[in-house]
Amino acid sequence: MSPSVRLQEMIRVIRSARTQGEERGVIQRECAAIRAQFRQADNGGRSHNLAKLLYVHMLGYPAHFGQMECVRLIASPRYSEKRVGYLGAMMLLDEKQDASLLITNSIKNDLSHSSQYVQSLALCTLACMGSAEMCRDLAPEIDRLLRASNSYIKKKAALCAVHIVRKVPELGELFTPAARSLLSEKNHGVLHGAVVLITELCERNPETLEQFRKTVPDLVQIMKGLVTTGYSPEHNVAGISDPFLQVRILRLLRILGRNNDAASDAMNDLLAQVATNTDSSKTAGSAVLYETVLTVMDIKSESGLRVLAVNILGRFLLNNDRNIRYISMTSLQKIVVTDHNAVQRHRGTIVDCLKDPDASVKRRALELSLALVSAVNIRSMMKELLLFLSSCPPELKAQAACGIFNAAERYAPSQRWHIDTILHVLTTAGGDVRDETVPNLIQLITTASDLHCYTVHKLYRALITDISQQSLVQVACWCIGEYGDLLLRGECDEIEPVQVSEDDVLDALETVLQSHMSSPATRGFALTATMKLSTRITDNVDRIRSIVSIYGSCIDVELQQRAVEYNALFKKYDHMRAAVLERMPVIDKSSPDHSNGESGGGALKEVEPPKLKQGEAVTAQEPANQVCDLLDLLGGSEEPPQPGPILGSTAPGPASTAGGDLLDLLGGLETPETPETPALTPAPTLTVYEKNGVTLKLHCHKQSETGLTVTLTASNSSDWDMSSFTLQAAVPKSVQLHMKAPSGDFLPARGTATLTQTVLLNNPNKVMLKMRIRMSYTSQGSAFQDTMQIDSFPGPACH
Amino acid sequence: GMRFLLLFSRQGRLRLQKWFTPTPEREKKKIIRDMTTMVLARKPRSCNFLHWRDLKIVYKRYASLYFCLALEDQDNELLALEILHRYVELLDKYFGNVCELDIIFNFEKAYFILDEFLMGGEIQETSKQIVNRSIEASDMLQETMEEYMSKPAF
Repeated sequence: MSPSVRLQEMIRVIRSARTQGEERGVIQRECAAIRAQFRQADNGGRSHNLAKLLYVHMLGYPAHFGQMECVRLIASPRYSEKRVGYLGAMMLLDEKQDASLLITNSIKNDLSHSSQYVQSLALCTLACMGSAEMCRDLAPEIDRLLRASNSYIKKKAALCAVHIVRKVPELGELFTPAARSLLSEKNHGVLHGAVVLITELCERNPETLEQFRKTVPDLVQIMKGLVTTGYSPEHNVAGISDPFLQVRILRLLRILGRNNDAASDAMNDLLAQVATNTDSSKTAGSAVLYETVLTVMDIKSESGLRVLAVNILGRFLLNNDRNIRYISMTSLQKIVVTDHNAVQRHRGTIVDCLKDPDASVKRRALELSLALVSAVNIRSMMKELLLFLSSCPPELKAQAACGIFNAAERYAPSQRWHIDTILHVLTTAGGDVRDETVPNLIQLITTASDLHCYTVHKLYRALITDISQQSLVQVACWCIGEYGDLLLRGECDEIEPVQVSEDDVLDALETVLQSHMSSPATRGFALTATMKLSTRITDNVDRIRSIVSIYGSCIDVELQQRAVEYNALFKKYDHMRAAVLERMPVIDKSSPDHSNGESGGGALKEVEPPKLKQGEAVTAQEPANQVCDLLDLLGGSEEPPQPGPILGSTAPGPASTAGGDLLDLLGGLETPETPETPALTPAPTLTVYEKNGVTLKLHCHKQSETGLTVTLTASNSSDWDMSSFTLQAAVPKSVQLHMKAPSGDFLPARGTATLTQTVLLNNPNKVMLKMRIRMSYTSQGSAFQDTMQIDSFPGPACH
Repeated sequence: GMRFLLLFSRQGRLRLQKWFTPTPEREKKKIIRDMTTMVLARKPRSCNFLHWRDLKIVYKRYASLYFCLALEDQDNELLALEILHRYVELLDKYFGNVCELDIIFNFEKAYFILDEFLMGGEIQETSKQIVNRSIEASDMLQETMEEYMSKPAF
C-alpha cells in the first residue's frame, strides 16, 4: 500500500467514528503507532507519519512528541521529508520551544541550497516562526538573497526581512539599501515585497522615512503604470491591474506624504487620477478606491482632492454591496470631526442607513448620525433617532438612548422639546438608560418652571399607561409628589384638560407601591410622593395617613424607615410638615452633590426631603442677611462667626453645599434617634441673659473629643405670655453648628413652663468657643429682639 | 499585517489554521472557539466584517467552509475579501472544483499552496499563474526525488 493512502485511510477511519469517545480511541491507537514509528530507523514512511500527526493535531489533540521528528525531517536530504518537516515546524514549533533553535542550522544550510524550492521552504519557515535569535543569526544571509537571486527567491527574502525587522528592529538598517534597489524590479511579487519592506522600515524609523520620501516619484510612476496599462492577464482582477500591489503602494504613499507638503504635492495628481479612473463596480476596484480615500484624507492634500475623496465615500453609501456601505461609514466616522461639513452633505444617506437590515451597518450609522447632530438639524435628526430607538436591536438601545440624551442636552431648541424628548426615550427604552438619567431629568424639570404643569400631566398619563419602566416611573412619582397640586387643578395650556381627582392620583401611586414590577428605589419614590401630597391635597389626607402607617411595618427596611419617619411627621411634628414638604427650589446642576458621575443612589438622596434626624429649621423664613448682621458686629482679631445652617435647611434638602455641611456635622456627633432634646444632666448651668423677664440659661455637655451639646433654656418671668419665641446662634468659623428643633415657641408668663433649644457643636480645631445668640419674640402685640454674646462656656469640658 | 487565517466547517470543525504571529497553544484554542462562535452566529445577509478585540475580522463562506481572516487596524478589509477569494481560486485550480473533502484529505497541500501565496502575514505573490506554477514544480520535485530515491543504489 502506498504510504499516502495510509494517511488518507487514517483520516477516513477517524471521520467515520460515530462518537467523540470512538474518535479518541482511534486517535490514541494511531498516535501510539506513530510514536513507535518515530523511534524506528528510517523506513521511508516518516513524512507520512508526521503528516498523520499534524492532522491529529489540527483536530485539537496533543502532538508535542512530534517536535523532534520535525527537526529530523528538516535535516533530511529528501525534499518530500523536508517539506513535511518544515510544515510540522511551522505548526508545532514556535519561538518559545527549545526545539526551534535546533532547526536554525538546517535553515541556514537550506538557504543556500541548490534548489530554489528548498530555499523557499527555509525562507517560509523563518518568516513564520523565526525567533529573534534566529533572525539575528540569519539576517546577513537574507540580505544576500535580497540582492542576488532570482525573483522567486527575492520576493520571499523581502518578506523574511520584514519578519526580521519586526522581531529585531535594529536590523532595519541592514536591509535599507537592498530595499531601495528592489523598487526598480519589474516583477510584481518582488515589487510587492519591496513595498511591504519599505513600509515596515519607514514605520519604525523616522530617519529611514526621510530617506524614502525621495522614492515618491518612483512609486507614483509605478502606480501610473498599473492604472493606465491595458489589460494584463497575469495581474488582472475584475478589470483592475494588480489591486494588491496598488493598495500597498497607496499605503506607502500615505506614510510618506503624511505631514509633508512636498511629498503630498508630488502624489496629488496621481491620487486624483486613481480616484477618478478606478472602476468601483467590483470589490477589487472598491478596495483600491478605499485605500486612495484613506491616503487622501491622511496626507496634506488639496481641498478639491479631499472633497473628491469624501464624495467617493458618499457614493459608497449608496452601493448595493453592504460591505462597501459599512466601509464607507467607518471611514466617514474617522473624518467626521476634521471634515464635518463635507460629511454633513451625506447626512441623508447616512440616516437612511439606520434602517439597513444589517446590524453592523446599523451600528455604524448610529455612531455617525450622532456625530452629525447639530443645532441646525436637531429637530429632524431627533425624529429619525427616536424612530430608530423604537425599533433598533436591543444591543444598540443603550448606546442610542445615551447618544440621544447627549444630543438633546447640547442642542435642545426649547425646554419643552427637551422634556418631551427625554420622556419619549423613557417610554420606549426606559430600561436601557443609565442611572443618572433620573436625577438629571428631575433637575431639568425643576428648571423649566413654566412647564411644571405640562410635565406633571404628561408624566401622570405615562404612569397610568405603563408602570414597568423604572426610570419613567421614578420621575413620574417625583413630579406627582412635587407638583400634584398643579395636576389636580386640571387646566394646563399645552395639553387637553383632563379631570384628575385626588383619589386617581393616590390610586396611581399606590399601584406603583404595590406592584411587583417596582424596584425598591421606585417604591421609595412613590411613598415619598404620597407623603408630599399630604400638603398638596385637601380631602384625602387620611388616606395618606393610612398608607404611611401601613408601610411602617413593611419588610423592606428602607421603606419602613421612611414610613416611620413620615408617621412621626404626621403626629409629633405636624406643625413642621408644611415646611418640610414644601416645594423644592430649582436644583443647581453645578453643585458638588449633583455630578454626572455619581450613581443614581447618591444623587437621589439629595433630592429627597431630609430624614428627620438631620434636624429641622428653627425658623423657615429667616433671610440670610439678618444673620449676617450678627456677623458684622464681631470684628477685630477674632474669627468671624459663621451662621449655622439654619437657612440651608429651610427647604427640604436641596442639593446645595449646605446639605454637605449638614452631613459633615453629624460626623463627630452622637445623634439621638429622635429629635427630642436630651435630658439635662446635673452639670453647671450658666445664666447668660436676664432682661425684660426673659431668662436664658446655658448648659453644655461634652459628647466627644470635639463635640459638644449646648442646651439653652428660656423662661418668662413677666406677666405676659410670649409667643413666636425663637433663638438663633452664630459661632466662630471653624466650629460647626447644628440647631435641633426647639421644644416649642410659646413661653407662658410667670415661668409656668420653659422652652429648650439644643445646639450641637463640633469644634475640630479646638478654637476658643464663643457664641452669639439672637432672641426674638412677640409679647403684648409687639415684636422684641435682643442679642447676647457668650465668651466663655461653663464647665471644663466645654473647651 | 494579517494575524491568522482559519478555515472551519458549518459545524465548527477546524480544517486549516495559519498563525502569522507566535501564539500560545491555549490562546489559539480560545481564539478558534471565539471565531467559530462569532462567525457561525452571523445572519445570512450580514456584512462580512466584524470587530473582535483590537482586530478586524473578515470572513466569507464558500459552500460548506468558512474562511476567516484577522487583520490589524491599517489593513484594507475590502482587499482582504479579495485575498480570501484568491486563495479559493488557487485551491480550485489545483484540486479542480475544490470542495471541503479535498481540503480534509489533502490538508498538507492546502498549506503548501497557502505558503506560496502568503508569508509572514503579508501577500507573497500577486500572480495566480506564478503561484500555480510554483506548486506544480514543487510537486514535480517531490515525485522525481521520491522516484530517484526509491531506485536501487548502484
